[in-house]
Amino acid sequence: MNGAGMPPGPLPRPGAPRERAAQPWPVRWIRGSLAAVGHGLALAGLALAGLVPVGGVLLVINRLLQLGGGGTTPATLIGALLICAAGLLVARGQAKLTRRLAGRWCRTAIVTPYRPSPDPQVHGTWRRARAGAGWLLADPATWRDLAWASVNVCGGWLLAILPAALAIGGVLVLIRYGFGFISFAPHRLGFPPQGDSVAARALVAGIGGIVLGAWIAPYSLVAYGRLAGLLLGPTKRAQLSLQVRHLAQTRSDTIDAGAAAMRRIERDLHDGAQARLVAMGMTLDTAEQLIDTNPGAAKALLAEARVSSASALAELRNLVRGIHPPVLADRGLTEAVRALALDSPVRAHVAGSLPGRPPAPVESAAYFAVSELLANVSKHAGAGQVWIDVRYERGLLRLGVTDDGSGGADQARGTGLSGIERRIAAFDGVLAVSSPPGGPTVVNLEIPCELC
Amino acid sequence: MRVVLAEDLFLLRDGLSRMLQAHDIEIAAAVDNGPDLLTAVAAHEPDLAIVDVRLPPTFTDEGLRAALAARRDRPGLPVLVLSQYVEQLYARELLAGGTGGIGYLLKDRVLDGRQFIDAVRQVAAGGTAMDPEVIARLLARNAGDGAVAALSPREREVLGLMAEGRSNAAIAQRLVITERSVAKHTASIFIRLGLQPSDDDNRRVLAVLAYLGR
Repeated sequence: MNGAGMPPGPLPRPGAPRERAAQPWPVRWIRGSLAAVGHGLALAGLALAGLVPVGGVLLVINRLLQLGGGGTTPATLIGALLICAAGLLVARGQAKLTRRLAGRWCRTAIVTPYRPSPDPQVHGTWRRARAGAGWLLADPATWRDLAWASVNVCGGWLLAILPAALAIGGVLVLIRYGFGFISFAPHRLGFPPQGDSVAARALVAGIGGIVLGAWIAPYSLVAYGRLAGLLLGPTKRAQLSLQVRHLAQTRSDTIDAGAAAMRRIERDLHDGAQARLVAMGMTLDTAEQLIDTNPGAAKALLAEARVSSASALAELRNLVRGIHPPVLADRGLTEAVRALALDSPVRAHVAGSLPGRPPAPVESAAYFAVSELLANVSKHAGAGQVWIDVRYERGLLRLGVTDDGSGGADQARGTGLSGIERRIAAFDGVLAVSSPPGGPTVVNLEIPCELC
Repeated sequence: MRVVLAEDLFLLRDGLSRMLQAHDIEIAAAVDNGPDLLTAVAAHEPDLAIVDVRLPPTFTDEGLRAALAARRDRPGLPVLVLSQYVEQLYARELLAGGTGGIGYLLKDRVLDGRQFIDAVRQVAAGGTAMDPEVIARLLARNAGDGAVAALSPREREVLGLMAEGRSNAAIAQRLVITERSVAKHTASIFIRLGLQPSDDDNRRVLAVLAYLGR
């Protein structure tokens, strides 16, 4: 799910965490800082793209001012329009890329604030273009993108490039004064050209610059991300409208799922228990006819009717189990998960407990999620064991299902995982799957709720 | 034999009473909730308590908890728990004491009167009667177990019936084979699973259930 209207969750850390943890900390620190310096440089480069929209708009304003009221021709107007449109598109592209990179590099998740794009069903190039332009111009986020482009190109990039500048400056000072290998005009930097004391000072200044640059690099990235978030993130108003859109989506998903479940129950009853009861009635009727003339046959029919009644009962039982599992009603989520674990063909271990009971709908959604995950594990994972963790922390019901199977589970492909995701989304719950090829597969789900 | 019956649905309570009475089993008391069951057990000291899992006032697992409480008050009191559905979790709790005199059956089993009465007598005599559905799920859970997988299909069948609590004679009758070959199968099963063979029927059942439920 694409976070619309959701509180930003913990960001995934880049790189494979196990590999990183195996390295000694200086190596990790240096690698992390180098990466951060590089990321800062890249972001500063991206900021330069802001010259297109900002420069374009300034150019157009300048030109119009020069011409005054009298000299405008259709050609200049169209040219100005085209330049503005191109500028806005570039600004939007730059903003989109910055949001993505901020999420990856700056530990700042910036929610995309745009309004939904216009209906693609509109016919005719001209109409579509008009609808597209209206959409672009009416969205305040477009103008905020433009504002970001100007802020960024005027000064934001300095923040991103600062660590790289310090580090590179440090290196240059070291090379020139510390070692004296290459010669370029040293007086420009304000140092006298010769002397041991100069070399010593240069050594301190150079190393200091490099270390300071490396040290502040991650912080400067975070600061840059925050700054970007101020303008590129949704405003309060946009946030509310995103939330409304998210709620409308999940509500309609929930209603659809409910209707589908009702249809399934109706079909199961119709094809199962109901049909069996009809057959039983007919069998009993025939037995009644035969009971005087052929008691043997009547007896056989009665036995058949009894078998039918047993099957009808079994079907009803399975149906009830699918609607509202008895153990869940009796004992609550943890025990019901324990019961699931006992029924699982893969050895399942349950840990954790809850200090109270979540609301019934949440409990039920969580139960069926675990049930489906366990079914997935036994069907696809080829796992020998599975561990289930049930916890409640800081207002979140947390469930973790980890197996030692072959991994490779994909949230996008399997309908099972996306189905779970949709169902818990109705409670603002989120699902996270980590399943590298070769395993292990870890599925975590979190549902915000109160316990009672 | 004297029985205390706890079942909240009048139709079922009445039907069960009549069925038991038809087989010369005396109904000492028939109650419709958990607390009354405990009182009735204390007052009548029956040979067996037959209890529905879902009882008022909570309509959850009140009956199961009352049955376990009754067994704590009177250790060894045979209890037959009936339910609309069976859960391994509850079977485990009932068996946790490690003694006999426990039955856990689907209510559907009442439909086959003779078998049901057999189970009643077996539990009252200190034996065990587990529903085939519980056992089927236990076996499915153990399908990956090397020792269980190595059993022949016939041996697995015998293992299942043994776990349900049936005697050699009953297994022989069910599978239409001689008691002697049942004994041979059971001996072989015990060796393959690495269990101590036992002549005592109930200890045998508990050993098998413990093995499958581990």
